[in-house]
Amino acid sequence: MPMKSLAAFSKGTSIKSELAADSTTTFRVVVDKEMTDHIRSWRLILLLALLALTFFGALYVSLNNIRSVVSNAQDPDSTFLYLKLLTSTDGAMPPFHVFLNFLGPLLGIALGFDAINSEQNNGTLIRLMAQPVYRDNLILAKSASALILVGTLFFTLVLLMIGAGLYITGVLIEPVEVLRIFTFTVVAVVYVGFWLSLSILFSIAFKQTATSALAAIGVWLFFTVFYQIVVNLAVAAFIPRQTIQTEAEMVGYNEMVLNILRLAPSQLFSDATTTLLMPSVRSLGPMTMEQMAGAIPSPLPFTESLMVVCPQLSGLLAATFLCFAYSYYLFMRREIRS
Amino acid sequence: MENPVIDLKGLTKCYGSLKAVDDLNLKVEKGEIFGLLGPNGAGKTTTILMMLGLTEPTSGKALVCGIDATTNPILVKRKVGYMPDSVGFYENMTALENLVYTGKLNGVPGNEAHRRGLDLLDLVGLGDSANKRTSVFSRGMKQRLGLAEVLIKRPEVIILDEPTLGIDPAGVKEFLDLIRQLSREQGLTVLLSSHHLHQVQMVCDRVGIFAAGKMQMEGNIHKLSQALFADDSYSVSITVREPLPASWEHSDGLRNIRDVQGLRITENLVQIACSPDATPDIVRFFVAKGLDVMGVHKREFGLDEIYQKYFDNHLIEHNADEKSRSIFKRYINKK
Repeated sequence: MPMKSLAAFSKGTSIKSELAADSTTTFRVVVDKEMTDHIRSWRLILLLALLALTFFGALYVSLNNIRSVVSNAQDPDSTFLYLKLLTSTDGAMPPFHVFLNFLGPLLGIALGFDAINSEQNNGTLIRLMAQPVYRDNLILAKSASALILVGTLFFTLVLLMIGAGLYITGVLIEPVEVLRIFTFTVVAVVYVGFWLSLSILFSIAFKQTATSALAAIGVWLFFTVFYQIVVNLAVAAFIPRQTIQTEAEMVGYNEMVLNILRLAPSQLFSDATTTLLMPSVRSLGPMTMEQMAGAIPSPLPFTESLMVVCPQLSGLLAATFLCFAYSYYLFMRREIRS
Repeated sequence: MENPVIDLKGLTKCYGSLKAVDDLNLKVEKGEIFGLLGPNGAGKTTTILMMLGLTEPTSGKALVCGIDATTNPILVKRKVGYMPDSVGFYENMTALENLVYTGKLNGVPGNEAHRRGLDLLDLVGLGDSANKRTSVFSRGMKQRLGLAEVLIKRPEVIILDEPTLGIDPAGVKEFLDLIRQLSREQGLTVLLSSHHLHQVQMVCDRVGIFAAGKMQMEGNIHKLSQALFADDSYSVSITVREPLPASWEHSDGLRNIRDVQGLRITENLVQIACSPDATPDIVRFFVAKGLDVMGVHKREFGLDEIYQKYFDNHLIEHNADEKSRSIFKRYINKK
């Protein structure tokens, strides 16, 4: 290596690092880089294709039988054309928000399962950690970049849906529908965020990317397939049906089962989305006849629906933060070697 | 040393019951090139990690540029460039993109980082590969890119862990020349760990022999050689034209020169051990006796010998050695 070009090094001032990057700029630099990585990756393209396919499939089905749904006078929600577009179906295919219940975790896991351990395996983590970057900023930047992508994706899809609805039906959208749909999108992003933070946690806890991916998929499968079965079995074993005598006991029993089921994030998500997209849903638990007496089946105002889903939303957020806090705890004092 | 750039005070790191680094004290001054030598598993990398705040010492302090690396790692990392022993890059990014990313993380604005990146790639001899993805890079190319990456933040101190691993011999020379040049012209402090003794000998001002978590010896090579080879620090070989008889009449005269400690005659080669250096006297003696001196070769003890002698004397690893020897024997016998 020649003597000639040492000037490259000394050009400008002395070698003193005159530039002190603060933590927000490094955070943005990492977010920029992570987003570029995601966008360039095949992984995101595949996920995007999958999501777009289900979205347009669901939209096509609901557009096909939107006429019959909207003209159904029995349904108190029939005036909300755009909500119907998202939720109605002919039975052959589940509506989009139910699909999202499955796809959301997949999206979150796919974007986060190798966040830290792949960097460690490639020997880039130690290099990164030798730069003036706070460790928590790294985890935060990783999840932020994935969430920005997911958020953009969901909002794009939803806006496409509204646009298509306007174009095809010519019906103006109600402001309350916009609010409900956007809140639904936010809930969906939070739901993906939970799975993202869980998979980032696994990517810190496990050294191998395959292990962390499997662990995250295992949790997802457990909650979508087995959790309900396990809960029903366990509850039936501990409280036999025969012991239930009164109606109040029955209500209490159902309430309890439902509450245990709500430990699963997918249950929280489906509760929240159902309430938001179907304004006539006024309670998520069992209701007695006395409570129902005198109630006119009519849609709830937006704020009331929001009140109903508030616990669900906070539950999801709390679970997300819990995962995040634990990843932070694991990562902060870990010794990083190449 | 008034203001050491690297100042380790009683640094200790335990992994469970194993003491990886044991009460290490070390001072490296500004502009110095310090070589950390030691066998595998001696605790070199652990020491380096503690200097960067990447792992916490069990006790003791690591001060770099006067900043405590354990409590204030970010400030230290702004001033220190570190190249790990197995350096990895983002494989889906080009060499230049990797450099620019590191530059930006250190607060260098994008276009400036780009310019510096290109200059540095030229400097380390990767100018033609700037826009190639690092996934096609060989080990040596990655190592060069690693050096460029270390320099892009314009550090005050650079720490290189096994920097010459995987580089071809010509490349190693260039690499070491560059490091020395940087240190001399820019006042960069360099700490490099290695077990390639020759290379360390080529560039380092001072070396420390590090084994079993302790700094066993430290000083420049000359000093180390004096300390270890106090009896026979210098060996002078003199070749004469005609073979000498075994019982040479002048051998007693040669022995009587001050500082000469021993000699051996094999045909026309005379090997003389002396301490301190008595080469001029010896040559004068030969010339006075009218012998045709064809060549004089003075051998100073190098790091190889120092290292060897050190571990022979102290038998630091004698347990491990014996074990491996017996395993080796068993293996051979089975065959």
